[in-house]
Amino acid sequence: MLSLTCPCCGITAEETEFAPGGEAHLKRFGPGSSDEAFEGYLFARKNPKGVHFERWRHAYGCGKWFLAARCTATLEVFGTYPAQTTQPPAELIAKIKAKRPEWEGWA
Amino acid sequence: MSEPVSALQGKSHQGFVTVAEAGPTGMITIRGDLAGKPLARALKAQGLPVPEARRIEQVAGRSIAWMNPDELLLICAHDAAPDLTATLAQALAGEHALVANVSDARALFTIRGGKADQVVMKLSPADIASLPMGEIRRTRIAQVAGSFWRSGPEEITLISFRSVAGYVMGLLEVSARPGSELF
Ligand SMILES: [Zn+2]
Repeated sequence: MLSLTCPCCGITAEETEFAPGGEAHLKRFGPGSSDEAFEGYLFARKNPKGVHFERWRHAYGCGKWFLAARCTATLEVFGTYPAQTTQPPAELIAKIKAKRPEWEGWA
Repeated sequence: MSEPVSALQGKSHQGFVTVAEAGPTGMITIRGDLAGKPLARALKAQGLPVPEARRIEQVAGRSIAWMNPDELLLICAHDAAPDLTATLAQALAGEHALVANVSDARALFTIRGGKADQVVMKLSPADIASLPMGEIRRTRIAQVAGSFWRSGPEEITLISFRSVAGYVMGLLEVSARPGSELF
C-alpha cells in the first residue's frame, strides 16, 4: 500500500485519497520552441524502476497539488514537498542518496 | 418566502446507531489569505476565530472549520446564512477573497450513538480511531468526497455534496445495520 503525507494539510493517508499527476518538474516548451523540444515536453517521460519524482493531488482531502519522491519498485516514499518547487529540495536529494547510493541522481 | 428544503428532508434510520440527515443547515465557504489581518478582523466581528490547520471551532451554536490552506467553512443556522454571507463579503470587499453561501449545495448528516465511529470506519480510509475532538477530516466516503468531525462524545457529523446525499444516506444506513458492528 502506498501512503503519502500531504504537505498542504499534514494528513497522512493511503493512495485512494489522492490522484496521481504524473512526472514532476517538467519544463514547458510551448510556442517558439523546436519541434523536438515540444515533442519531448508532450510525450517523453522518465519511467524508472526506482527513485521517481511525481505530482500528486490530495483529491478527496484538501484538494491541493504537491510533489513526492518515491521508489516505483518498493513504494517507499522518501518525502513530499510543495508544488511551488522547481527542483527537488537539496535535503531530500541527500536523504535519497544516503538510502540509495546506487541512484544516478536527479535531472 | 418559500420554505428551505434540505436534500433528504431530515430522513433518518435507526440501526446500531442513529443516522440522520440534519435538515436545512447554513454553510458558508470563505476563501482568502487565512493568515491575513482582514479575514481575522471580519471573523472576529462575528465572534469567530480563524481555526488552525485541520481544526473546527464551535462558538455559540456556530462552527468554523479549516478546509485547506486558503479555505474555511462556516456552519450556522440556515436562515442566518444569507445575511452572514453578505456581512462577511462586505467586510472583505477589496481583498482577494470569496464568501459564498453554499448551504443548499451540501448535505449534513449526524451519526449518533456509542458505536458511531464504526459506521464511518467501514466507509472511509481515514484513521477514525485516532481522530481527535476538534479536528475535521476531509476524506473519501466510499466513492464520494466527505468531511466529518466529532461533534459530541458519541456523535459524528458528516458533510457531503447535496447531489450525492441519497448515496451517502444509503451508505450510512447499510453501515449502521444492526448486527454489522465491527467490535
Ligand atoms: Zn492535503
